[in-house]
Amino acid sequence: MSNSTRCAACRYLRRRCTEDCVLAPYFPSTHPDRFACVHRIFGASNVCRMLQLVPVEQRGQAADSIAYEAYWRMRDPVYGCVGIITRLQQEIQATQRELAETRALVAMNATEDARQREMPAAWDLVSFPADDFHQPPPSLT
Amino acid sequence: MGGSSPCASCKLLRRRCTKGCIFAPFFPADEPHKFAIVHKVFGASNVSKMLQEIPFHQRADAASSLVYEASARMRDPVYGCVGAISYLQNQVSQLQMQLAIAQAEILCMQMQQGGALPSSQRPNTDEKPSPFANNSHLASLTRLMNFASSGAVTQEPLQREYIRA
Repeated sequence: MSNSTRCAACRYLRRRCTEDCVLAPYFPSTHPDRFACVHRIFGASNVCRMLQLVPVEQRGQAADSIAYEAYWRMRDPVYGCVGIITRLQQEIQATQRELAETRALVAMNATEDARQREMPAAWDLVSFPADDFHQPPPSLT
Repeated sequence: MGGSSPCASCKLLRRRCTKGCIFAPFFPADEPHKFAIVHKVFGASNVSKMLQEIPFHQRADAASSLVYEASARMRDPVYGCVGAISYLQNQVSQLQMQLAIAQAEILCMQMQQGGALPSSQRPNTDEKPSPFANNSHLASLTRLMNFASSGAVTQEPLQREYIRA
């Protein structure tokens, strides 16, 4: 492969890009930052080794996930991808709590609705004379 | 480290563990597997550079997250941590969908209750105020409809948009 068609990895590493370059299919010269990021976090030899451990048909996905992890480690040097996992777990817990509260409200409303359906006009059938209601029974005076 | 045993990293790298060894506080000798994993995935020199660029009080967290990421990558050589992220994002989407359905259910029930009995004949004297103000009734329904049509519950592979030249 001539100098003008070197992959991003070989260009970064300043070496000749051979036809069987392991990194070339996943780190094209059009995205040099992608390999730079990966190299800084993992190192070219580690990435090569990790890709070679994976079947060829899955290497594209492996390279993408490695690049994703490297990108997030550059953005957040302390937590990297693990920061995203933590935030997602917290969001799941908060949403589960809200879901439980909402379902409890649904159950409460359903119970109230069923009670009202059983006694639709009960309040119309019962009337209290105003005087008797406010006067105590004679035995207590 | 004087007469004491070398840390896990210096033991693995077969070198003298000095007093200022950057790995020693975070990779003790009694947990050799942690440094072994991190070294295999990231490489000792890369880990050393990363730790040196981080303030001292955050290095323990950084070391722990590196161990976590390296372990995930060893368990899943194709997706690593990203597999877990994808799974959790899917869980979040499903929970949000369930929440939207439950909220819409409350909305429908309250609208039905409001239509069945006029409010002046309601015997319930300790009725709680509705959790949804009138303006948010429409918002809840709209949210549910938008969520259902957005395809958010489908498992989408991670985009390649995160790094561009």
